[in-house]
Amino acid sequence: MENRNLTEVLVGLFVTAGFIALFFLAMNVSNLRESSVPDGYTLLARFANIGGLKTRSPITISGVKVGRVSTISLDQDSYNALVTLKINPGVCIPDETIASILTSGLLGEQYIGLEPGGMDECLENQDEIELTQSAIILEKLISKFLFNKADSNAK
Amino acid sequence: MINLIQALGDSTLSRLSTLGRACLLLINLLTAIGSVLYRFRLLVAQLYSVGVLTFLIVVVSGFFIGMVLGLQGYTTLSDFGAESALGQMVGTSLVRELGPVMAALLFAGRAGSALTAEIGLMKATEQLSGMEMMAVDPIKRIIAPRFWAGFISMPVLALLLSAAGILGGYLVGVEMLGVDNGIFWSRMQSTIDFKADLMNGVIKSIVFGFVVTWIAVFEGYDAIPTSEGVGRATTRTVVYSAFAILGMDFVLTALMFGDL
Repeated sequence: MENRNLTEVLVGLFVTAGFIALFFLAMNVSNLRESSVPDGYTLLARFANIGGLKTRSPITISGVKVGRVSTISLDQDSYNALVTLKINPGVCIPDETIASILTSGLLGEQYIGLEPGGMDECLENQDEIELTQSAIILEKLISKFLFNKADSNAK
Repeated sequence: MINLIQALGDSTLSRLSTLGRACLLLINLLTAIGSVLYRFRLLVAQLYSVGVLTFLIVVVSGFFIGMVLGLQGYTTLSDFGAESALGQMVGTSLVRELGPVMAALLFAGRAGSALTAEIGLMKATEQLSGMEMMAVDPIKRIIAPRFWAGFISMPVLALLLSAAGILGGYLVGVEMLGVDNGIFWSRMQSTIDFKADLMNGVIKSIVFGFVVTWIAVFEGYDAIPTSEGVGRATTRTVVYSAFAILGMDFVLTALMFGDL
């Protein structure tokens, strides 16, 4: 009888250890804690080129993270990229804000940096950020530089 | 020539009938869930011998795997000045791949082989036919609890291996090699998605647990009832399980993470 009880206790411990491991992985290792923050509101932005931006890329104001990219799709009318931005609740994005796609470091991940505009009223859910700046494509930059150089040499 | 064709046909037919018996056993095992829950004590006893006894080897191996990952990752990443990505590397590789796969391989070696040997020996000593004589269904009484115990233990073991591995990586990376503590965890948290990474790892381990215990109990149940037959069945369990785990892992990874 005592032996069987010990077995049952050990099985219980085993399953509990599994739950503790799941809890540890969920809370400390994965982003569950972050994504359990109540959803904020969404804003839209159109970019001519998003470069390497992905869903779940961060959105920052002066380097502080205020949200994440939730979806990226193609706008069939203008052939621009339509990006939905999920902004944390309580963060006020003023009108006339500029959204630009930036790169962290030389080869790092791309993210959206917001430069707040000077207006007083905040953008509301499903509003669109009108002023956007596309990603800088390194190849285009280099080729532009080379052509300029060639032009100035020819003169 | 005729003999060759005959042998070919014979081996094909015997393989097909083995596959058929395996599938029939699986159907019997799946429909036996009611009687397994009814005799809960049997399931608990099997959870002990399949899960608890594998606990230690899984946790210790996980810890060492994580430590090696931390050490090797650090040497390569520090060449590029990217030690800060160590947590991300250790976490992703453990949660997505190494946790489920290594736990399943260890599980096949430690628990799967024991299951096959145990059931095979029961068959060789005619305990299974004895039960049938007493109108006790050996599938419900002996095999189903073992199958379901393996099915339940596998995800638990995979989670434990991942957690132990990440702690091992933390120990080597942060405590010994001096990667920043905050960056180690925050890079890990920002890359590992709860649903896309952690839950897919759990799904993988559930699939592996299902396949490995199925192979183990079938090989035992289908073993030739001699000591040599049981020995061969045990070997087959480990070999087939290893193949099945690694093959399924590729398929599941391609489905979950790849853009094939």
